[in-house]
Amino acid sequence: MSEITQHAKLPDKNGRFGQFGGRFVPETLIPALSELEEAHAEAICDAEFTAELERLLCDYAGRPTPLYRARGLEDETGGATIWLKREDLLHTGAHKINNTIGQGLLARRMAKQRVIAETGAGQHGVASATVAAMFGLDCTVYMGEEDMRRQRLNVFRMELLGARVVPVSSGSRTLKDATNEAIRDWVTNVDSTFYILGSVVGPHPYPAMVRNFQSVIGREVRAQLLEAGEAPPNLLIACVGGGSNAIGLFADWLDDDINMVGVEGAGHGIDTASHSATLSRGAIGILHGTRSYLLQDNDGQVQLPHSISAGLDYPGVGPQHSHLKETGRVTYTSVTDSQAVLALQRLSRCEGIIPALESAHAIAKLYEMAETNSIGESDRVVVCLSGRGDKDVEVVTEHLDAHPEEDLR
Amino acid sequence: MKTSDRISSAFAAGREASQPLVVPFITAGYPTATSTVPIVTALAASGADMIEIGMPFSDPLADGPTIQHASEVALRNGMTVGKTLEAVREIRASGTDAALILMGYCNPVFAYGVDAFIKDATQVGVDGLIIADMPPDEAGEFLVSCRAVGLSLTFLVAPNAPDDRIRKVDGASTHFSYCVSVTGVTGARSAIESRTIEFLQRMRKLSTKPFVVGFGIKKPEHVMTLGPHADGVVVGSAIIDAIESVGGAGAVVVDAVNAVSTLVAPLCAAARQATMTAQRREA
Ligand SMILES: Cc1ncc(COP(=O)(O)O)c(C=O)c1O
Repeated sequence: MSEITQHAKLPDKNGRFGQFGGRFVPETLIPALSELEEAHAEAICDAEFTAELERLLCDYAGRPTPLYRARGLEDETGGATIWLKREDLLHTGAHKINNTIGQGLLARRMAKQRVIAETGAGQHGVASATVAAMFGLDCTVYMGEEDMRRQRLNVFRMELLGARVVPVSSGSRTLKDATNEAIRDWVTNVDSTFYILGSVVGPHPYPAMVRNFQSVIGREVRAQLLEAGEAPPNLLIACVGGGSNAIGLFADWLDDDINMVGVEGAGHGIDTASHSATLSRGAIGILHGTRSYLLQDNDGQVQLPHSISAGLDYPGVGPQHSHLKETGRVTYTSVTDSQAVLALQRLSRCEGIIPALESAHAIAKLYEMAETNSIGESDRVVVCLSGRGDKDVEVVTEHLDAHPEEDLR
Repeated sequence: MKTSDRISSAFAAGREASQPLVVPFITAGYPTATSTVPIVTALAASGADMIEIGMPFSDPLADGPTIQHASEVALRNGMTVGKTLEAVREIRASGTDAALILMGYCNPVFAYGVDAFIKDATQVGVDGLIIADMPPDEAGEFLVSCRAVGLSLTFLVAPNAPDDRIRKVDGASTHFSYCVSVTGVTGARSAIESRTIEFLQRMRKLSTKPFVVGFGIKKPEHVMTLGPHADGVVVGSAIIDAIESVGGAGAVVVDAVNAVSTLVAPLCAAARQATMTAQRREA
């Protein structure tokens, strides 16, 4: 129990989760990160700040999100009790807005007129552009060229919201490179600019701060089950890109005696070169200011990840997840592109819910666990449905055109 | 000469002559796999007493487009930390006695293995290290290991840092500190900003060590302007640009060597005219 309880106390004052985390950044960012750490610590103790955060999460974003008992899915998976935490019903269509409202409020509190963000799937970019529009802040979003192609709809949404979307053509032209470019912008414009980071990655205090803003997910689950007179779950499942929706669901439950599973993108398979299963296949390294698991070659060069889901297509992972893996508190596993596309189609048919490809990874793991009898009638499972699938229809269509045998139509 | 004595004597010579060092930077493995040794030896022959050699990384987030490009080319050429150390061994074998500073990012160094890296770097004749994404707060054991073998570790000092932070960072550097001229990434800027000089004057008051200034220094007039306020000026992106202008990745090594020498000679001449401030000479 003492081992478990320690999770709630992390990170330590140096931003470490065990050996993971820290602040491996150019010196220019150190004063800015210290300032941000202080501002965040002050804000969360300020009743006015937390009241406004709560009000916006409720009136603007649409919290609390439903905890939906998925009986159609239960029928398909043979007996376990299953709830879907419907983050897909939030304004802008994913959990990302929980974090951008929090950071947007902080930006305003710190009197920054300009915000920047990196984005992969475009969900975090849209959530940042949305909040910037609401607060009247100037917004620039960095996005890899490859992702701009995959997620055209979200590019258009960000532009409608008044943001400038800057295409990033270096490296793999995806989330990793967009993050490099956002950090370079921040190093250059550090006085005027607030960097709204989109997941529980990056230098301290981001992994802790983003977790705090996302942990509303798991807290709500607890309150909703209690209110419904339900016993607690014994299993939580969420997809893991950087890991923010997963930590958001897990954080409030780390001290409870329940199992947790994080699902990464296995792409074409974890034994191929094309996957983004950082925790399953990576090695400890340093990228984007934090020490964590990382997909890299023997020379320490970062490898290009692959996932059909742009939001999981990242070679790193949040440092707290590395710690939760190392301590064995959370089990990390992965499903392939094909499994995710199949799960997306199946959930659409059995529940009338089209999940984001990212979230479909969590659903696919649920199907797999049911098929291998890893879950059964006595299990009570909460799955984080982190986002809705509208943004993905083009990518899914492309995939099904190439693999007609996987098409359920 | 013993490791890191080269650093001290380079600064001592500069101080003796009241002139700032010109410190050129070149990415190892750029423009070609075999160009590093001839370029560095030519730089030393052109009058550089201290030279920085960049170890390429896939995600150089402190670098602007020019050095990003050089890193990409170098990685495509198969450059690694091990091969960079091998190049240093050859440079020393050719008799070059300039102080050699390796500059890079944490991950390739950690992947090589910290202890092995520090041991091998010392053995081949590296004098010092600069790790762009390792502030002193994260340097703990690394710094201890460097000290144990006499390898110099230099930290970057940023212009937006409060005084107490500058003292802390400068205090952590072994022989000298590296001032970043402006908040931002590496890259050639067209003009020197007046706040850079104000920053260097503040640094002079707070620092207890020699320091160099870098990021955006390109022309002899930049050396003339900043030189009096620092113990050395680092020229990076301008060197890469000079090699780009003779073909970049497709350049013939002799042309790259000539381009670099042609760039550096007038910078060294400018340094001879840029007399360091009296304050420094007394220090
Ligand atoms: C719907 C959705 N789920 C999950 C993710 C992955 O991010 P994280 O692991 O931080 O939750 C994304 C990222 O874009 C997303 O859009």
